[in-house]
Amino acid sequence: MPKTVVKVGLASCGVAAGAVPIYETLTEALAGQKDVEIKKVGCIGLCYMEPIVEVERDGKSIAYGKVDTAMAREIAESHVGRGEIVQRGVILDPESKACENERMDSQVRIVLRNSGLIDPEKIEEYIANEGYKALEKALSMTPLQVIDEVLSSGLRGRGGAGFPTGLKWKFANGAKGDKKYFVCNADEGDPGAFMDRSVLESDPHSIIEGMAIGAYAIGSDEGIIYCRAEYPLAIKHLNVALDQAREKGFLGKNILGSGFSFDIHIKEGAGAFVCGEETAMIASIEGRRGMPRPRPPFPANSGVFGKPTNINNVETIANIPWILLNGAAKFAEYGIGKSRGTKVFALAGKIKKGGLAEVPMGMPLREVIFNVAGGIAENKKFKAVQLGGPSGGCIPESLLDTPVDYESINATGAIMGSGGMVVMDETTCIVDVAKFFLAFVQKESCGKCPFCRIGTKRMLEILERITEGKGVMEDLDTLLDLARQVKEGSLCGLGQTAPNPVLTTLKYFREEYEAHIRDKKCPAKVCTSLIHYVIDPAACIGCTKCARNCPVSCIAGEVKKPHVIDDEKCIRCGQCKKVCPVGAISVE
Amino acid sequence: MTMSAATLTRSDLETRLLPLADRYRGRKGITIPLLADMQREMGYIDPEAVDFIAKELDIPAAEMFGVATFYAMFRLQPEGKYVVRLCRGTACHVQGSARIGEQLQRHLGVQEGETTKDGLFTLQYVACLGCCSLAPVMMVGEEVHGRLTPEKAVDVLEAVRASQPE
Repeated sequence: MPKTVVKVGLASCGVAAGAVPIYETLTEALAGQKDVEIKKVGCIGLCYMEPIVEVERDGKSIAYGKVDTAMAREIAESHVGRGEIVQRGVILDPESKACENERMDSQVRIVLRNSGLIDPEKIEEYIANEGYKALEKALSMTPLQVIDEVLSSGLRGRGGAGFPTGLKWKFANGAKGDKKYFVCNADEGDPGAFMDRSVLESDPHSIIEGMAIGAYAIGSDEGIIYCRAEYPLAIKHLNVALDQAREKGFLGKNILGSGFSFDIHIKEGAGAFVCGEETAMIASIEGRRGMPRPRPPFPANSGVFGKPTNINNVETIANIPWILLNGAAKFAEYGIGKSRGTKVFALAGKIKKGGLAEVPMGMPLREVIFNVAGGIAENKKFKAVQLGGPSGGCIPESLLDTPVDYESINATGAIMGSGGMVVMDETTCIVDVAKFFLAFVQKESCGKCPFCRIGTKRMLEILERITEGKGVMEDLDTLLDLARQVKEGSLCGLGQTAPNPVLTTLKYFREEYEAHIRDKKCPAKVCTSLIHYVIDPAACIGCTKCARNCPVSCIAGEVKKPHVIDDEKCIRCGQCKKVCPVGAISVE
Repeated sequence: MTMSAATLTRSDLETRLLPLADRYRGRKGITIPLLADMQREMGYIDPEAVDFIAKELDIPAAEMFGVATFYAMFRLQPEGKYVVRLCRGTACHVQGSARIGEQLQRHLGVQEGETTKDGLFTLQYVACLGCCSLAPVMMVGEEVHGRLTPEKAVDVLEAVRASQPE
């Protein structure tokens, strides 16, 4: 009888959703059974369905979602034991098409080709899925042939800027120097983006292989992965993978007998968003404060310790082995215009199906949000989608038919960025969101350029005033003026893009700003200074529940008589509204 | 993890930091991992420890302090037994993490960045933890808790408090 394989998703999202006890339950229930193997795999991207368990039995693969320990035991007994599928938990079934098959089928998985399918801590599984074949192929080509292949695939930097990867390699290849560095930017700092974490956790060898190919192309013998310290599991899996790759001879001296030598080490970041910027990252690798510097010289000529350096983002690098193996033409079949291939999006916010999805470039935003991400949760109304993190912008409903490609997204005033997609509904206040992003960049500004350091602070103060109901109409002009100055007066991408969230929201949602300023109202009822909780005396039954649950004891009233909220003392936590059994409390 | 910032003796510093200094001697670009190791050893970046290492390795102490104050990871104060990291990323923000922060501040009686009087919890607000689909999220020590409400967040901390030995 062929082996039955049980896979448990144990990337960060899975663990946070409780996958470890599920793994333990299955291990215990299946202990001693021959022909059964339990595997730890990474993230398949269906985060809203975690914990996920997949069973491969009788040549057929079935995935279960939201598995609890009871269901885990049932899966072990019924499906693994007797071959009877536990119908109530099935989310993926290639034959009968379960609830999540459509989500998977709408994707083209190049970057995520192995994620959730293989054990990231076993090089054998990566190799069994054509792993390191691309490196072998690359080493049989000349470096310039490798660069040409990447150039003609049309691959562009997935970290945000969208610079053609092949061109970057060409510059680094042409740079003169006895020593060159190949750096992987794994300092995924955009709040709302987590695809790099997932790839590093779920398929670390794809990064090692991609880096080795790139290093061969530019002539580098030393690789550095600059990874966020906030991603401990990614770092653990990378370290395991690096050791295995060295042992198998895919890293080290004279790789696969080609005469090419290359090794990689990890540099842990220490928590600074600006270090995602190339020159700041170089400063940080050198052990200094991560502050950007003017370019030129570009890193291709003078990077880490003054040596020629090439920096690519995780997702970019994960594409490389696939392109080498399947050919540039095959890659370029996907996408539109100057944006070829796929893009991984981190779907989050007020949607039904959060997680990761890799779609061909050019898919309209509407399709990503309403098909792939399942639409808006709780059947609320879509308001905006935030793309590109703090450097990006908010795109309104009227532009939802925009295809996801670099140029079209840029035309809206947002940016593709690293692919964080946070969806907002009618209960999200757009001014509050702009304030949130500005508070982020203001805090993360390294302070080198006065316009970024002081300008973002002034902009934040204005937004704080507006959300407190103290804004004046002239503030909007001042915001626009400051935005222009910060953009023009900043050295690096952080400052140059910092005003984007404010600019796009002012462009598309100006009336919401005006409501805060003119009417002293927050239409989404979020800004606490502009809302009041009120008890309807006709509806209140005097059950005292609100008064008992109020954390600041600001609700008064006798049993069976209408209660009253003291607006002065009220902190707008909304607890009373939540516990009221008759819905007598409203927000005005 | 050391709680008291009381004066460290010279021999204390030597036994705890000399082996560490030896690992980094003669290498370049080491300031960040060096400080991270010091923090692991001492629980925080102790000014006396910085002076000691700076002399040992011939790095200007100002440079080390410059780096220590630039990056969010480094702490110049001892912290509680459990660090509560409330995610303030975008996804968590739109799912109401600000209110969780307010509730935790009220419940623990501390502001962001402070430690409770009993030394059990330090409350920190952090940028994205990368678990956006489980938003709002917080980490208590190494454990991630997702899909929080203000009440659930308090329950999590109370469960931790209750599990402490007398």
